[in-house]
Parts: sequence; C-alpha cells; structure tokens
Amino acid sequence: MDTYSLLRQIADSWVLLAMFTFFIGCAVWAFWPSLKGARDDAAGIPFRNETTAQETGDE
Amino acid sequence: MGNYVKLILLGMVAIVAAIAVNWGRDLAYQVHAALIMVIAAGMFIYVLRNTDEPKPLAPDPLSGYDDGVVRYGVIATAFWGVAGFLVGVFIAFQLAFPALNFDWGQPFTNFGRLRPLHTSAVIFAFGGNALIATSFYIVQRTSGVRLFAGRLAWFVFWGYQLFIVLAATGYLLGVTQSKEYAEPEWYVDLWLTIVWVAYLIVFLGTIFTRKEKHIYVANWFLLSFIITVAMLHIVNNLAIPVSFWGSRSVQVFSGVQDAMTQWWYGHNAVGFFLTAGFLGMMYYFVPKQAGRPVYSYRLSIIHFWALIFLYIWAGPHHLHYTALPDWASTLGMVFSVILWMPSWGGMINGLMTLNGAWDKLRTDPIIRMFVVSLAFYGMSTFEGPMMSIKAVNSLSHYTDWTIGHVHSGALGWNGMITFACIYFLTPKLWGRDKMYSMPAINWHFWLATLGIVLYASSMWVTGIMEGLMWREVDDQGFLVNSFADTVSAKFPMYIVRGLGGLLFLSGALVMCWNMWMTIRGAKPYTQPVSEITTAVKGV
Repeated sequence: MDTYSLLRQIADSWVLLAMFTFFIGCAVWAFWPSLKGARDDAAGIPFRNETTAQETGDE
Repeated sequence: MGNYVKLILLGMVAIVAAIAVNWGRDLAYQVHAALIMVIAAGMFIYVLRNTDEPKPLAPDPLSGYDDGVVRYGVIATAFWGVAGFLVGVFIAFQLAFPALNFDWGQPFTNFGRLRPLHTSAVIFAFGGNALIATSFYIVQRTSGVRLFAGRLAWFVFWGYQLFIVLAATGYLLGVTQSKEYAEPEWYVDLWLTIVWVAYLIVFLGTIFTRKEKHIYVANWFLLSFIITVAMLHIVNNLAIPVSFWGSRSVQVFSGVQDAMTQWWYGHNAVGFFLTAGFLGMMYYFVPKQAGRPVYSYRLSIIHFWALIFLYIWAGPHHLHYTALPDWASTLGMVFSVILWMPSWGGMINGLMTLNGAWDKLRTDPIIRMFVVSLAFYGMSTFEGPMMSIKAVNSLSHYTDWTIGHVHSGALGWNGMITFACIYFLTPKLWGRDKMYSMPAINWHFWLATLGIVLYASSMWVTGIMEGLMWREVDDQGFLVNSFADTVSAKFPMYIVRGLGGLLFLSGALVMCWNMWMTIRGAKPYTQPVSEITTAVKGV
C-alpha cells in the first residue's frame, strides 16, 4: 500500500475515532456535576487580580 | 554578558545588511537591507550606551503589571487602524474611478499594489497589534503575575512593527509571493517566525508561572491563536529563495496542492487570527465591561473545543469547482456548515453575559459596541456557512458578495470589538476615570455602524447582481452580458461602498481624538446648571 493510502486509512478510522472521543470527553468534562464549583470559580477570574497586590482565587 | 552577545549580533547584522545593500539583486531587497542596516546600527549604539548600566524592568506604578508594552500596543493599534482604513477607502474609490490609479504614480499607486497593503494593514497591523496588546493585558490579569520575560515582550512589539513596515514597503515596491494574506517574501516570513516564537515564549511562560489554578478560557483561545498561526505561517510559506541576496523565492508546493495549502492557511487565518484570538478578547472584556461573569463557563469550554476541531477543515470551501477533488471540497463545505453551531454558541454566550444588565445597552456606549460586534459575528458566521454551500457558492464566488461578507466580519466583528477594547483600556492604562468624551464614543458607534451597513448592503446587491449577470444566457444558450457590462452596472454600488468606508474611517478618527484627549488628561468642560440658568435669566 502506498504511503498516501495508508495514512488516509489510519486517518479515516483510528485518528477520527480518537479525535471524536477526545471531543466527547471534553464536553463531558465541561458538564461534570462535581466540577460546578470549579467552573464558577474560573468564571470569576477576570474580577480578581486587578493589580498584582490583590489575592488570587486559590490562596 | 547578555549585552555583549547582543552587540556582536547587532554588529554582524548591520555588516551583513550593508553587504546586502550593495549586492542586492532588486530594489525592494536593497531598500529593506538599508532599513535593517540603519535599525541594527542604531540599536548597536543604544545597547552600547546602556551596557553595564543595570536597568531593571520596573512594574507599572498603576497596576504592578508590565503595562508599558500594552500602552504602546494600544496606540499602534489605533495608528495602523487609521492607516489601513485610509488605504481601504482610497482603493474603494479607485475601483469606482480608475483615474485614481494615477498615471504619474505607476507602478506604486496601482490598485494591485495598494490592495495587499490595505488587507495586511487592517488584518495584521491593526488586528495583530490589538491581539498582541490585549493578550499581554489579559494573560497578566487572569494569571495574577507579570509577563514572563518582560523585555522579550518589547522585542515582540517592536519586531512585529518591523515586520509590518517590511511587508508594507515590500508591497509598494512590488515584492510579493502571490499568496493572498501571505504576500511577504521569504526573509520577512523568517523574521515573523522569530517574532512569533518570542511571542509564544512570553505568553506560555506567563501561563506557566500563573498564580491562578485554572487557565481562564480567554487564554485558551489566545494560545490556540498563537500556536495555530505559527503552524499555518510556516507550512504555507515553505519556499526556497532564488538567492540569499534577492527577494524572490520559489514555492515548494505547486498546482492544486499549493492552492489547497494556501486556503488551508487563508481560511484558518480567518479562523484563528480573526476569530479565536478575538474571541479571547471577547471572553475577557465583555464580562469586565458588563461587570458580570460570562453567561456559561461550561458553554465556553464546548465552544472552544468545537471551534478548534471544526475550523481547521473548512478551508477547501474556497476552492469549489476547481481542480480540487470533489470529496475535499464537499468535506470543506460540510465542516463549514457544522461550524455555524459553535460560532453561534459563542455569540449567545457573549450576548447572554448581559442577561440581567440589558439596561447597560442604553447607558454604556462601550457595551453597545461589544453587542454590535457580537451581532456581526453572528451574522457573518451564518452568512459564511451559507456561502460555502456549493450551490450558493456557484453564484457568490468571484463576486463582490464575498467582499461584503469579509467586511461585515472584519469591520463589524473585529473592528467593533477592537474599538470597544480600546475604549476600555485607554482610561485604565493611563490612570483616568473614563474616556474624555462619552458622546464621541456614541458618534463613533453610529458612524461605524452606518458605514458597515452601507458597505455590506451595497456589496450584497452588487455581488448578487453580477453573479446573476455572469450566468445569464439567452434562449440560444449564449451569454447575455460581457464582463464590462457588469463593471459599469456596479458603479453606483461602488460609490455607496466608498462612502460607507469613509464613514467608518471618520469614526476611527473621532476615536483617535478621544484617545488623545484622554491620554493628555484633559477634563471635559462642564458648565454648572446654576450658571446656565442665571445666564438665561440675564438675557
């Protein structure tokens, strides 16, 4: 099999599956119930650290 | 020690550049070599005079962060913006009145040379400076630390300006590798690669040393922009110089592979430079200006990954009905259509951040600019997928509809959000309460919005008209219109488009005046009500 066909076959099957799994994983991770607190905390980041003197979230 | 290395390098660069001025095979190369020689020699003297004089990079007295480079970036953004819009207005009128190409100015004032000057000035100079400045601002505040390698950030800023000057003067002198949005030749490409790697080091270093546990979503978008642009730039510019002493080079790819690489680059420049990067700005500045956190942080994570996974495949829709294999162009079309969803997810996330604070639309002209920019983001990310459908594309391709689409995205989304960010940043960076004149922001808002509406609607009309004229056949199967017929039919719309651009430019000039007055620290003149009433009574 020539290189193009081989790479094309790998891309069509396993790589596609891997990328899709990764994406679904990200989506599940984003909505994971126990991480709600972490999401809310992250959303508040722009309102901290206005100057270097201010405290960060996890300290 | 570092300074000695710098001196040796600068001296060598100056000497090689001097040789290049002498041996250069074409005018543009010689001009660029002379420019580099002067800059390297000037920097040599500057470094020499400051050697062994310890000068630590002091934190900003106002914020404690490295804000000097952001201040320079904000001013550079405004400057290049006006320059780019001005060239844009001029070439718009060149299309309406070809006499404006000026016989006495040939070949330098030709549309063909000014057009890349306009596109690069607005995308890379205006947009790029806005991205570099805001990303340095955002990454420090969302990480809670100063910039990693603050001096390198200054190198990024000045190095990028040098890239812009080299590219712009190159276009005027006729240097181009004929790749749209990637026109600069090999030595300018190499220089940009060095600057971009430095940019990545500063940005990534700051994230690595952050005090916040989580990397805020704006930084994800900005980082994906920096990394992807690096990848796109390197692959699309693979070329072998004809000579070290000349500006010409030969592309590594050819034929349809070259076309596919070019539009893989071209469309992802839109996707990651003008979309992902500016979404990073959106995710920081919209919550800041609205005073409330982003509508859904979870949606922002989905938005990010969906955008990253889909955008990279959309490029082939630029090559419908060409030598590109059918499956590739169908793939591009399908991914472009799917891309509509994450784009609107992001738009909704930005707009809904104002949920519960919609009254600010009435009172805060900066919020209004953010909302209009998001609205244009939504409109152009619907229009784009629609135009990528093959049947629609067969009408729209090669017409001015494409130009209208690009400008509703670039002026509406990128332009408006950048203006809003400038209005947010200018008072903060120079320690003022707010912008000098709020009514002037309102003026800018309406001038820009009206300008975009004139621009986009005239291009829709003229684009669809010429598309229909090109395909019109009589009952014998002969084409009804010649190309020149469409050109003369488009004349009125070209005038409207030029006027739209003029309005947009005037808005930007109002902004520059407002920035100038804010930075100068001028106080707006307000007359107490009591004085007015006594004055009226006196009459």
